[in-house]
Amino acid sequence: MFLKEYISDVYQGVRSLLKGMKKTGYYFVHPSEIITQQYPDNREQLHLPERFRGEVVMTHDENNEHACTGCTACELACPNGTIKIITKFDVSPEGKKKKAIDTFIYHLELCTMCNLCIEACPTDAIKMAQTFEHSVFNRNLLTKKLNLPNSKIREGVE
Amino acid sequence: MYSETTIVTAETSQQPLQEGQLVINVGPQHPATHGVLHLVITLEGETIIKIEPHLGYIHRSIEKMSESLTYRQFIYVTSRMDYLSAHINNLACAMCVEKGMLLEVPERAQVIRVIMSELTRIASHELWIGAMAMDLGAFTPFFYTFRERETINDIMEQTCGARLTMNYMVPGGVMYDLHPEFVARVKSFVVQFKSKVSELEDLVTDNIIFRNRTVGVGVLSKADAISYGCTGPVARASGVDGDIRKRFPYSGYEKLQFEQCIDTAGDSFARYIVRIREMYQSIHIIEQLIDAIPEGDFQAKTKAVIKLPKGEFYTRVETARGELGVYIVSEGGTTPYRIKYRSPGFSNLSALNHMASGSKIGDLMATMGTLDLVIPDIDR
Repeated sequence: MFLKEYISDVYQGVRSLLKGMKKTGYYFVHPSEIITQQYPDNREQLHLPERFRGEVVMTHDENNEHACTGCTACELACPNGTIKIITKFDVSPEGKKKKAIDTFIYHLELCTMCNLCIEACPTDAIKMAQTFEHSVFNRNLLTKKLNLPNSKIREGVE
Repeated sequence: MYSETTIVTAETSQQPLQEGQLVINVGPQHPATHGVLHLVITLEGETIIKIEPHLGYIHRSIEKMSESLTYRQFIYVTSRMDYLSAHINNLACAMCVEKGMLLEVPERAQVIRVIMSELTRIASHELWIGAMAMDLGAFTPFFYTFRERETINDIMEQTCGARLTMNYMVPGGVMYDLHPEFVARVKSFVVQFKSKVSELEDLVTDNIIFRNRTVGVGVLSKADAISYGCTGPVARASGVDGDIRKRFPYSGYEKLQFEQCIDTAGDSFARYIVRIREMYQSIHIIEQLIDAIPEGDFQAKTKAVIKLPKGEFYTRVETARGELGVYIVSEGGTTPYRIKYRSPGFSNLSALNHMASGSKIGDLMATMGTLDLVIPDIDR
C-alpha cells in the first residue's frame, strides 16, 4: 500500500515536471512567440499611443502663438498644485488692457498625470506629450516654463 | 510636559514568551518599496503561535487628503490605494459622487465602465497568480501571466492614457470615448486569453508541488470568514456568497449573465481556483458586452464645480480583492467633509492570524500569498 502510493507520487511528480518542461521546450523552439523586448534597445520601435499621458506641454504654432488665455482653470483643477500661472496685462495700441499669461509654471515633479488640467482647459491650450524619460540630475530642471519666450496669444482666442 | 507614551516594538507588543518560543520579524524589506508589511511572528519550533501584522509603513493619509480635494479631484488618489484594481476604485468614487448628485449615467458609459472593470479584474488576477507562484518558489508562471497582463495594459494605455493609475472614471461617465481600435483589440485579447490560459493550468494548477503546498493549507471556515469581514475571492473560497456584483448590482451588472464562483474548501488551493474561475467569468462578461456597446454619450453633462447636497452617501463595488466601500459625508460644499474607504485588504489581512496559527512557517507564504494582499490598500 505504502509502496503503491510512493510510486504514484513519484509518477505524478515526474509527469507534472515534464509538463512544465514541455512548455519551456515549446517556447525554446518557437522564439517568434516570445514577446519580451529589451527596453533601451527597442526605443526605435517604441511608439506610445497618442493618448499616453507623459507630460503637460503647451502647443505653439509656427508664429510662436499659443491659445492660453490665463483663465487659471487648470490651476484650479489640479489636485497637487502642479501648475502656477502668473498673469500680466497687455496694453494694446488702442490703450485697451487685456489679460495674458506672463509665465506658465509647471512642476513635473509634483504631477501625477491625472489629465484633469487638460479636461478643464476651455481653449485646448495645453495637452499631454508622449515623453516618458523624465530623469534629470538636477531637480530644478523639473520645474518648467511652458510658454515659449516672446510667445503671444493667438488672435481670436477668448 | 510630554506624557509618556509606550513605543510599540516587536518586544513590547508580545505576551511574555514561554520557554522555547521565538519571535521573528517578517519584513519590511525596505521602507521605500511599494508594499511593506511587517509581520511579528511568535514561533515554537517551526509552528506559528501568533502573527501580529504591523501596519502604517506606507500610510499616506488618503482619507484626510481627500477632504481638501474637490469631488472631481479626489478620484485620482484612489488609484493609489489598490493599484491593481485602480479602475474599480475610481468607479466606486465616481458612483458615490453620482449618487449624491442624483446623476443618470449614460448607457454607453456604464457599459464601458463594466468592460474596463472586468479587464482590470483579469489583469489583477493574472498578476496575483504570477506573484503568488513566485512566493511559492515557481518563477516561470510570472512571465506567462505577465504576457496576458501586458496585453490588457496596452489596451488600457491606448484608451485611458495610462497603464496603472488610469483616472478614467469621472463623475457622470468616463473621461474620453473608447479608442477606435478598442473593440478589435479586446476581441483579440479574449481569443489570446482562452488559448493561453491552458498553459497556466499546466504550469500551476496541475503541478504536484503547487498542489502539495496549497491543498489544506490556511483553511478559513465560512463562519470565520464572515466574522472577520472577509470579502472577495477569500470569502467566496470559504463558501460565502457575497459578490457585490450579484448582491447589490451596480453599473448594469444586473443585466449580465455570470456566475458567482464559490468553493467550500476554504484552503489556499480553493482561493486559487476561485480566482481562476473568476477570470473565465470576467471573459464571459466582456464577451456579452463587447459586441453590444450602445451608441450615445460617454459622459453626462455636469457643472464645472460639483457640489453634493448635505448628507451621507455610501456605495460599494466588488474590486479584484473584495468589497470596496466609499462613504462620503457632505456638508453641502465643494469638498467632502469626511471620506471613509472600506478596503478589502485590511479585513482579509485580519484573518491571517487565525488562518496561520498552528501551521508551519513554511505554509505561511502560501496562506499570505493567496490572501492577495496589496499593502497600499491596507494602509491607505
